[in-house]
Amino acid sequence: MTRALLSGNEAIARGAYEAGVQVATGYPGTPSSEILETIAARYGDCIYAEWSTNEKIAMDVAAGAAYSGRRTLVTTKQVGMNVLSDALLYTVYTGVEAGLVVVTADDPGMFSSQNEQDNRWYARLAKIPLLEPADSQEAKDFVVEAIGLSERFDTPVLIRTTMRTSHSKSIVVEGPRQDVPDQVGPFPRRQEKYVCTAMWAKKRHPVVEQRLVDLAKHAEEIPLNRVEWRDRSIGIITSGITYAYAREVFPEASFLKLGMTFPLPRKTIRAFADGVDRVVVIEELDPFLEEQIRAMGIAAAGKEIFPSCDELLPDTLAELAVGAGLLPFKAGGSHSRPEIPAGLPPRTPVLCAGCPHRSSYYWLSQMKMPVAGDIGCYNLGCLPPFSAQHTMGCMGASIGVLHGMSIAGMPERAVATIGDSTFFHSGMPALVNMVHNRSRGVVLIMDNGTTAMTGHQDHPGTAWSLHEREAPHVEIEEVVRALGVEKVRRVDAFDVHQVKEGLDDCLAFDGPSVLITKGLCAQLSKPKSAAYEVNVAACIACGTCFKLGCPAIVKSDAVVESTKRAKVVIDPAQCVGCDMCRQVCPVGAIRAPGAGSEEADE
Amino acid sequence: MKNLDFLVAGVGGQGTLLASDILAEVGMRSGYDVKKSDVLGLAIRGGSVLSHVRWGEHVDSPVVRKGRVDVMLAFEPLEAMRGVGLMRPGSTIVCNTQPVVPISVSSGEVSYPSRSQIESTLAAAAETVYHLDATSEAVRIGNAKVANVIMLGAFSALLNGEQAIWEDVVLARVPNASVDLNRSAFRTGRSLINGGEGT
Repeated sequence: MTRALLSGNEAIARGAYEAGVQVATGYPGTPSSEILETIAARYGDCIYAEWSTNEKIAMDVAAGAAYSGRRTLVTTKQVGMNVLSDALLYTVYTGVEAGLVVVTADDPGMFSSQNEQDNRWYARLAKIPLLEPADSQEAKDFVVEAIGLSERFDTPVLIRTTMRTSHSKSIVVEGPRQDVPDQVGPFPRRQEKYVCTAMWAKKRHPVVEQRLVDLAKHAEEIPLNRVEWRDRSIGIITSGITYAYAREVFPEASFLKLGMTFPLPRKTIRAFADGVDRVVVIEELDPFLEEQIRAMGIAAAGKEIFPSCDELLPDTLAELAVGAGLLPFKAGGSHSRPEIPAGLPPRTPVLCAGCPHRSSYYWLSQMKMPVAGDIGCYNLGCLPPFSAQHTMGCMGASIGVLHGMSIAGMPERAVATIGDSTFFHSGMPALVNMVHNRSRGVVLIMDNGTTAMTGHQDHPGTAWSLHEREAPHVEIEEVVRALGVEKVRRVDAFDVHQVKEGLDDCLAFDGPSVLITKGLCAQLSKPKSAAYEVNVAACIACGTCFKLGCPAIVKSDAVVESTKRAKVVIDPAQCVGCDMCRQVCPVGAIRAPGAGSEEADE
Repeated sequence: MKNLDFLVAGVGGQGTLLASDILAEVGMRSGYDVKKSDVLGLAIRGGSVLSHVRWGEHVDSPVVRKGRVDVMLAFEPLEAMRGVGLMRPGSTIVCNTQPVVPISVSSGEVSYPSRSQIESTLAAAAETVYHLDATSEAVRIGNAKVANVIMLGAFSALLNGEQAIWEDVVLARVPNASVDLNRSAFRTGRSLINGGEGT
């Protein structure tokens, strides 16, 4: 048995391997993406892994594989669970032929998400078992456990991690892979189980309810839920990464550490509560455990001390515990700490040098029209210097929101901005809806040839896939035309004036129109040339190039005497020669390396 | 077995996560329980990156508490300044002196901290501070890209870990063609500390 230092996501991938999982699906989303990437990279010879076009499809695919007798894993970030849930809810009624596990990676602290939802509620809503690992060893072990539970109780199982469990690394003892059959089939013709039509589904509902009763009984016996008796004046009930924080902050207290947090082991909880003077529930985000424990008649403290917003890191826990009298003052750490100086320059994320999205936001910010935004790197278009995005909600929302503006009678012309992967994820049904319902407005599809923000995963528009070097490539322009859009333009994202001309052309159309800007993500392309140069004598410090928001365009020490405004210099370490700044410079002061600057030389 | 808490600070693209992975791996190979936590946001270059690495007989939390960090390895001075709130009295900082200018500075909104501001902030947070020009050293030995390995070499000299474990772990993570260059970079880093340039 080997010991390895694994992230929670790598450990889940390892767990899938050891549990005999043969199919893994998902849609990329921080903090979950590395699970499938690790499966494909390390265990691709025995686990089929795919990026599906969205989370719901990933779940349908998983259901089909699990009905066929393959142990299956599905991954999603927390908001992707909202998309996935429609498919999850029918598998609860059907059950499975082989283990089916859904992993949701939640994001307390919202490091890369639009909300801070607590996906443990999905287990209660769906009436399925929920496991919460606290570190990488548990992340791996719980996948094996979950596959076992899934098969024993004929139910999908939910594993919920948080960003810290997914992205922190700790030591994992690795084990062997379980034997699973190579062949499957024939497909089970059990209509009363797998066809969720009302007459059969009605008979499945009592099965779901009885399953929960059986699972609750099972929860009393499993080592995933354990009591750690120490000092009995405080008894802490907790789960997941919060256990790791609380164990450190309350080294003396007794703990009930729950690995399976739905359904709850009520007898175990009651016995623990009876054994301590005061019960405190510590959990990040919602009072999921607390409300259920209070409903049992146990006077547990929880959210009145530890709030529902943000992470509950050890320092936060300690401060709040001291304030609530759970810890003596000194334990909260009272010695003076070095001060971080105020006003340090922020390092906000920006569109990379060479990013193809830049030309679109350059114009949208100057045209001042309302822009419905979407999920992707291009959401940075909402920040200065562009400030050119006025709504952003969830994957694929931009197109429906644009249509809503149109039917609301908004007099202004408006634009929706959406990326290629997001378009395939959930933009397509929204676009055909615009066609069918006679909408107006421009859908700007920024096709950079990858799912960039989550780490450059494939999608139907790429010519490769997670498991194949060469995959069928679907061209967005053809899809858009097939959906019935009459006005379609495709332009080179790096040709700034072509983008403007395309935008103007689409805006003039009385109906739904699509402008596709094509340009490969800067992170996937080689520099187009050596760094560009500025002819300092010619630069008039007009600031036009700054409107591109390029990190390689920097204020220099040279100034224009009459205005005292700083001239521009290009950072050779960052410039990749995308050429956009040369195109927008009104005096021709920016040039490719080695090229003469015609206007300036005249 | 002494518990040790580390902070690795840098800018996305500088190899900060690689360095904290190496540090965690060295801890494991040296017989410690190890945990580390990174904050990864958008997969976009140029943001602040902070990694916590903890070695101990038994480690619960992957996140270090304020005022508990023993040693900070900083690849960039501004990021070192952001990390000082976590340092304990009597701690050590190793900092590369080469700035990576953020867009808030290059666009002229705010100015980058002066050398004296950097030095006084770090001096107030730690007992020993090493300001190393790892970038220039890297250029001197042949490639600016090995600056982070020079920093790791320097960092390793402050800890009691075996040099052989360090070199094994570091060199296992670099391309075959550049093993010699990286070994030389690592040893250059060690000699910068063993030469005693701490302030």
